[in-house]
Amino acid sequence: MINKETIFYVATLAKIEIDDKEAEKLKNDFEKILEYFNILDEVPEDVEPTFHVLPLYNVLRDDIPKKSLSQEEVLANTRHKEDGFFKGPKIIE
Amino acid sequence: MITVEDWKARLECEKATDLILELFDKIKKSKLNAYITLNEKDALNTAEKFDQGKLKGKLAGIPVAVKDNITTKGLRTTCASRMLENYIPVFDAHVVERLKDEGAIIIGKTNMDEFAMGTTTETSYFGVVRNPYDLNRVAGGSSGGSAAAVAAGETVLALGSDTGGSIRCPASFCNILGLKPTYGLVSRYGLIPYANSLEQIGPMASNVDDLALLLEVISGKDERDSTNAGIQFRFKPEKYKNKKLNIGIIQEMSGNDDVMSKFYDAVDAIRSLNVKISKISFSSLKYALAAYYVIAMGEASSNLARYDGVRYGFTLDELDSWPRFFSKVRAKGFGEEVKRRIMLGSFVLSAGYYGKYYLKALKVRTLIIGEFKNAFKQFDLLISPTMPSLPFKIGELADPLTMYKMDVNTVPINLAGLPSLSFPIGFSKGLPVGMQIIGNYFEENLILSFAKRIEDELKDTLT
Repeated sequence: MINKETIFYVATLAKIEIDDKEAEKLKNDFEKILEYFNILDEVPEDVEPTFHVLPLYNVLRDDIPKKSLSQEEVLANTRHKEDGFFKGPKIIE
Repeated sequence: MITVEDWKARLECEKATDLILELFDKIKKSKLNAYITLNEKDALNTAEKFDQGKLKGKLAGIPVAVKDNITTKGLRTTCASRMLENYIPVFDAHVVERLKDEGAIIIGKTNMDEFAMGTTTETSYFGVVRNPYDLNRVAGGSSGGSAAAVAAGETVLALGSDTGGSIRCPASFCNILGLKPTYGLVSRYGLIPYANSLEQIGPMASNVDDLALLLEVISGKDERDSTNAGIQFRFKPEKYKNKKLNIGIIQEMSGNDDVMSKFYDAVDAIRSLNVKISKISFSSLKYALAAYYVIAMGEASSNLARYDGVRYGFTLDELDSWPRFFSKVRAKGFGEEVKRRIMLGSFVLSAGYYGKYYLKALKVRTLIIGEFKNAFKQFDLLISPTMPSLPFKIGELADPLTMYKMDVNTVPINLAGLPSLSFPIGFSKGLPVGMQIIGNYFEENLILSFAKRIEDELKDTLT
């Protein structure tokens, strides 16, 4: 059911570069783990899904301006910056 | 182990700075590898303030260790990952602000499984945490550093986080107490996320009073976490002192013979405490582990998409094209288990599989919540062994699925969002065993009051 092509496809979705050896190992892990997940096939369909364990309600706060992080602070953990902006890789090749 | 009472007694006659220096000395000589980063300069400054009488609060002068996925301003926060090896946060987590407000001395950042993904701390980029009771065994995970540090007296208190058992497992393996609070009791603001709908920050300590004290400090309202319940915990053990408790043993949460013989010894001892104990069976728990991993991995794949090598974290010099750069950064920055979970998460959420895995897992959540709600109509508290096994030898759980299965008793609690304490009940073959005490939503007071009764009256029996 799971072949190496699927693993490489998932790696593209997850944006993680993998080599052939890693793909082989992941294929074996996927097979075992997904087989275990098949127990979920037994779960009845007519049950509502739970997205949140607590009843959610709108949490509103007072509309009072507060100090936010400075530009220097926001950029403190990157070396890819220029003129106070983040500098990212090219989107279009 | 050092209790808050012991530490305060020493503060009466010794200088906080001397005590903190002594503590750092002990940590540096330790073989446990409980800490990733020490907060030496800042801790000594805080201790000096205490010595000058300028430090006030519920935790004034008390050392607290903080798990390294909890954000600390100006103090390296790595999540035990190469991805965040050099990350220095520019803000504090809510719980860290609370610790500082109450005068705690933050000793350092504790070792853990990478991004909290693991049951043994073996996935840490900074090496495994060793069990204080047997250095060839693991301390449990993912909050293994916090548990080992408390157990070995390398701190007084510690914070952990629990997504599927990450506070309770190491607490059990290290003979200490660890509480996973009700979902929403403690703000997650500043907790670096793995699976938001499951995780909570919680206290770890060597006795009930200390654990309750730390929970009082970290619980409460925080508008920066939209799932925060706004409830403030206050420990009131007198409220339940004479209450006859109805306790259920969950049949499907079990363990091997070493664990179960100790567990039933403890159950027999507890019978003397004005309680009625009977068994209860949950039919939906057989789905819990699969449902948990599907949800956790799904949420992880989405959460960890933030690590793009641009704004913070591990990066490469050459910016290259976006898909190549992103994929290379993540290939080099993440460890094997993190990659496995992100990829499995991407897979179960991908087109064609959502209904088979993720939606089914959410339905299991509904079933499990329903069964717990029913159980709490009949019982005040539910109990089980925390872990199905004694602490593992380092390297024993090489196969991922075998490791996942060790979380079988702890993950249902996170799926339901309930509070649960791991409480030490003594030793089997020289290794610690823990009992899980589960309460209804926001019933931390009842859990801890009961635990205090066990501690006060059975301390000499549970060995």
